[in-house]
Amino acid sequence: MITQAIFIVVSLFTLVAALLVVRHPNLFSSALYLIASFFGVAGLYILLEADFLAVVQVMVYVGAISILIIFAIMLSKGMMGKRTSPHNRQDRWVALASLLLAIILLYFLVSLTQWPTTVIGALPPNPIQLLGKDLVGRFVMPFEVASVLLLAALIGAIAIAREREI
Amino acid sequence: MIPLSWYLVVGALLFVIGFYGALSRRNAIAILMSIELMLNAVNINFLAFWRYLTPKDMAGQVFAIIAITVAAAEAAVGLALVIAIYRSRDTVSVDEVDLLKG
Repeated sequence: MITQAIFIVVSLFTLVAALLVVRHPNLFSSALYLIASFFGVAGLYILLEADFLAVVQVMVYVGAISILIIFAIMLSKGMMGKRTSPHNRQDRWVALASLLLAIILLYFLVSLTQWPTTVIGALPPNPIQLLGKDLVGRFVMPFEVASVLLLAALIGAIAIAREREI
Repeated sequence: MIPLSWYLVVGALLFVIGFYGALSRRNAIAILMSIELMLNAVNINFLAFWRYLTPKDMAGQVFAIIAITVAAAEAAVGLALVIAIYRSRDTVSVDEVDLLKG
């Protein structure tokens, strides 16, 4: 009972913050609400007993990606003045389409499949240890590919964003 | 105990909110933020299915970690592109970046 109440509070927090991210006219406030939304998702991870992922969420999203976004906002400041609306001309239609998509998704989610209402088994006693062993054992190939991807993104981002004349 | 469908509903709603933002915002950075929301919704689904269906197998968590990695790479390259466009065109509004428009 108390878990369900916590879940509802955390979910509402996340969803309201996400709505403010897409609706707030000021871009900087949007970025701050994005941080709040990331924290809410980390709370959901904790409720799912994925402690390691919750910490990774806070470190990568709140600690790195949000800072990156705020830096980008500050570097391109002045261009998002108040003279134009933050939303484009198709705003209404996109809102309608999103509402439709939400209704369809929710309808099929709750009507088509009988989802389990409770977890089937307890976690293994040392899930993080298992995760680490899997990452360098069974899933070593995706792990290495991900590291190459990060290296490529690092070099690519520097190459794209630097000044031309060097 | 929380039913699995509650997590799926939250994931679906978060995804739809991100979808709306990605298609309706003018500013390229706001679009990137909306895409991050959508990726978070996907990760909620990964972890919910992992916890409720295969808690003994860590594949779900590994998948979520890879997804977070890809999201970080995407954010870095995307924001670098925004900075480069701002430098050459003096705007970050996707309406005004129409160089390839016929």
